[in-house]
Amino acid sequence: MTRVGAMIVALAVSMAVLSPILAPYDPASQVLSLRLAGPMLDHPFGLDELGRDILSRILAGARISLLVGLAVVSVSATAGSLLGATAGYVGGRLDTLICRIIDILMAFPGILLAIALVAVLGPSLFNVVLALSAIGWVGYARLVRGQVLRAREFEFVQAARALGAGTWRVLLTHLLPATLPTLMVQSTLGMAGAILAEASLSFLGLGVQPPTPSWGTMLNGGRAHLLDAPHLTVFPGLAIALLVLGFNFLGDGLRDRVDPRRGMGGRA
Amino acid sequence: MGAYLLRRLALTVPVLIGVATLVFSLIHLVPGDPAQAMLGEGAAPADVAALRTRLGLDRPLYVQYGTFVAGLARGDLGTSFRTNTPVARMIAERMPATAELAVAAMIVALGLAIPLGIVAAVRKGSWIDHGAMTLALVGISVPNFWLGPLLAILFAVEWNLLPVSGRGTPLHLVLPAVTLGAALAAILARMTRASLLEELRELYVVAARARGASRWRAVLRHAFRNSLIPVVTIAGLQFGSLLTGAIITETIFAWPGVGRLLIQSISFRDYPAVQGCILLIAVTYVFVNLATDLVYGLLDPRIRYD
Repeated sequence: MTRVGAMIVALAVSMAVLSPILAPYDPASQVLSLRLAGPMLDHPFGLDELGRDILSRILAGARISLLVGLAVVSVSATAGSLLGATAGYVGGRLDTLICRIIDILMAFPGILLAIALVAVLGPSLFNVVLALSAIGWVGYARLVRGQVLRAREFEFVQAARALGAGTWRVLLTHLLPATLPTLMVQSTLGMAGAILAEASLSFLGLGVQPPTPSWGTMLNGGRAHLLDAPHLTVFPGLAIALLVLGFNFLGDGLRDRVDPRRGMGGRA
Repeated sequence: MGAYLLRRLALTVPVLIGVATLVFSLIHLVPGDPAQAMLGEGAAPADVAALRTRLGLDRPLYVQYGTFVAGLARGDLGTSFRTNTPVARMIAERMPATAELAVAAMIVALGLAIPLGIVAAVRKGSWIDHGAMTLALVGISVPNFWLGPLLAILFAVEWNLLPVSGRGTPLHLVLPAVTLGAALAAILARMTRASLLEELRELYVVAARARGASRWRAVLRHAFRNSLIPVVTIAGLQFGSLLTGAIITETIFAWPGVGRLLIQSISFRDYPAVQGCILLIAVTYVFVNLATDLVYGLLDPRIRYD
């Protein structure tokens, strides 16, 4: 399964990078006479309500999905790791404060806060990344805090402290690298979550705005043509499901291989 | 138990205050003037000023916050900018529809997950196990905003078996409930399998088999009961998530619930209604999680509350 996941992800990344070469048509070019036409030889996935080639738009949409996923995971993992590690290592009031913020944000179910933030900030690609990162860091912070709480008692950390290493040096060069295997698993699964969340927001009209090709936006456009042109719904949805499945397979496989305790213990 | 209950309730209070503060601050994150944003760029300055006064945005922030919290204590969520009716009443009218959908989705999820999880655990390592768990991972990966339209295409458009939208008869509930419950079914199937596998290794199951109990009897009468505890906990914790999933499902199937009200309110920039819906969903989520925590202790006598 890990291999299947890795292959799907590699394929999606290649498609995204090479989309300007691979796409048979410009994703924005229109053939109005063929609007809503179903799959055919020249257009294997058919055309949308504005006569645009769906295959070309799916290839271009892969860029948006992966870009959003990568941006959200990078921001969330960096911020969450730093805050979680600081809370776990420094402890005291700072730990209590960060934990209370985490508790409050965890009280909001999944995507609700992201919907709320995008609703007030306005729909755009930047605001989607901002909103998803604003909720995404919490999971990483909780994970890293737990790992650091255990790891700070390990001998290699105490040795570093005894040798005079400061808080930041211990955090950045000893503790955070020890959490990397677990973070890698969390980030892989986080990519799946971020891609799905972006598509959900775009589907609700709160994410990437037309004419930018996003899979969620394409699905939203297909809703009005469920009866007369179901291919508008089938292909973009298949692309989302496959990419998310790829990241889930990969993350699940990595989780099985990376035992967090072994990862931390190996350094002790 | 009583002391634990009080302590758990006391811990919920700061979370609720935090949730309320976050929801209050949402309207102040609107770029520029929220009143201008609600009325649109072309609105007359006098109308904007009147709306600012009506929403209390012209008062100091701490006064606005005090009014907001005092309103919450009375069950007052403000007045909808769009319909001019109390937000609490709008939500109360739609809450039964959302609750009905969430409960139906939970029934669908448990109905699919438990048999799948049991078969996968009993036939561990077989093609049935691999197939069931792959199906579960696919279920987690398929977004409900795709599954919903696909089911609608098949069952409503192609085969004309079920209504595609609206609420009324039990048949209207089928497609939204399956759409909302599918991902949860996948999560619970994996949980059931993992939990049952752990129980099957316990000595009491071996003892039951040694006493002559058949394989299925040992599974269903002995191991399955105990394996249900973590499954019920996850189901309870995920029940809150169904409320968020309902936002998309209700939008797809025009189901007249709180989720659809939220999306409609966002498109009309009706911020009081947006705040009310988000607050209600978040608070329900907090209380469902609290209830799950408490029920968990009742289900598992090994858990101590000291």
